[in-house]
Amino acid sequence: MLKRKKKKFDPIQHFNRKFYMLARPQNVLPTERSVNFQTAATRLVAVGSERVKNVNKRNLWISHVHRIRDDADKAAFAELYAHFAPRVKGFLINSGADGSIAEECAQEVMVTLWRKAHLFDPSRASVATWIFTIARNRKIDILRKQRRPEPEDLTWGPEEEPDQTDVLALQQETEILSKALTILPAAQRELIEQAYFGDLSHSEIAKKTGLPLGTIKSRIRLALERLRQTMK
Amino acid sequence: MNKMMSIDIKHHLTDEILMGYSAGTLPEAFNLMVATHVSLCDACRAQLAACDAVGGVLLDEHDILNTQMQPDSFAATIAMIEQGVPTTKAPIAKKPSILPSPLQDYIGGDLSEIKWRPIGMGVKQAILPTSKQASARLLMIPAGAAMPDHGHHGLEMTMVLQGAFQDDDGYFGLGDVDIADSDLEHTPMADIHEDCICLAVSDAPLRFKGILPRIMQSFIRI
Repeated sequence: MLKRKKKKFDPIQHFNRKFYMLARPQNVLPTERSVNFQTAATRLVAVGSERVKNVNKRNLWISHVHRIRDDADKAAFAELYAHFAPRVKGFLINSGADGSIAEECAQEVMVTLWRKAHLFDPSRASVATWIFTIARNRKIDILRKQRRPEPEDLTWGPEEEPDQTDVLALQQETEILSKALTILPAAQRELIEQAYFGDLSHSEIAKKTGLPLGTIKSRIRLALERLRQTMK
Repeated sequence: MNKMMSIDIKHHLTDEILMGYSAGTLPEAFNLMVATHVSLCDACRAQLAACDAVGGVLLDEHDILNTQMQPDSFAATIAMIEQGVPTTKAPIAKKPSILPSPLQDYIGGDLSEIKWRPIGMGVKQAILPTSKQASARLLMIPAGAAMPDHGHHGLEMTMVLQGAFQDDDGYFGLGDVDIADSDLEHTPMADIHEDCICLAVSDAPLRFKGILPRIMQSFIRI
């Protein structure tokens, strides 16, 4: 019989409903020797002033989505478009779409943002996260041509205005997460990026990079553990 | 289905699987497993939200993703918006069910709609239509009975929808997911109190140890 490690789930350890992932009970993992903390620290200082800008930016994006919802505001839409449409296109190209399909899909994703602006809930996701999920769904519909099963929605409806403290908490957590990703050791960060922005399963990444599958899985696990540590 | 009274899920999806769902790189059958489990499991729902947040940060900040749009693209998008909202299908009101709604969508109804086919030793199955890279099926194991002894080529996940089963890895009740990888051999045994219904997804056919089940395999696509 093969013994496999199972993660135990302990609700007491959970400090936040939305970021369970970052607070699951942790086995202390050996830190990777190759971590260059100095590089990480330098990078962190360098991005320090960027951070304030990022927080302001995120709040601005939220108010832009609200302006689209309330006033069909095309100027707000244009700014969101300028930032996100090229990135959505890049995401789709990285997932294997050719340029013209990616262009078309990116436009459709932005149209969806306009039409579903009333469903956006800033206490559950940042604008970037929301757009990412729309783009991911579009990718599955168009590129993979699969049906797309989605979890049953919880009963919390979009009609209630979200609590401002929840909105604030989520945006702060997003900022911490962003910082945590920035200071992740390069090897781990690259694998996370590949997991999201390539159309590859972990075993396909193994083939492409020549790294053993076990190494890839443990690096991704280490990366997530590190994100959890930073989020604590 | 109404949100279940809090059920005590002990065996969860892995980070790897949740991240794959978030990135949109899993085969359809695995996505069905994730959607079904997350419908019942607040912990994995939150974990998935965190994975989505990682995707959001990368989309927002990752420089290699910053490509150029065509010059006329914004105008084209505004034109699409002004064409008006396409008619969307009204959501079908679902009857209360013990099955989470993503699964009802694949069955086309509730438990009573499942078209079971016997596969021997009292076990019944119903294959769900998904893309070919992986398969999804419902299994019914009579109370107290065992599934045929089998091992796996690929990755198999089995989630309990009714009843419970026990195998070498422990006891699996409602909502629990048993994850078996290639070198595991196991014999799930249904709890004595109730017939056990599971959703099982796999990216490779099961291989049975006995000769008879192996011949049957080619006929019944297990």
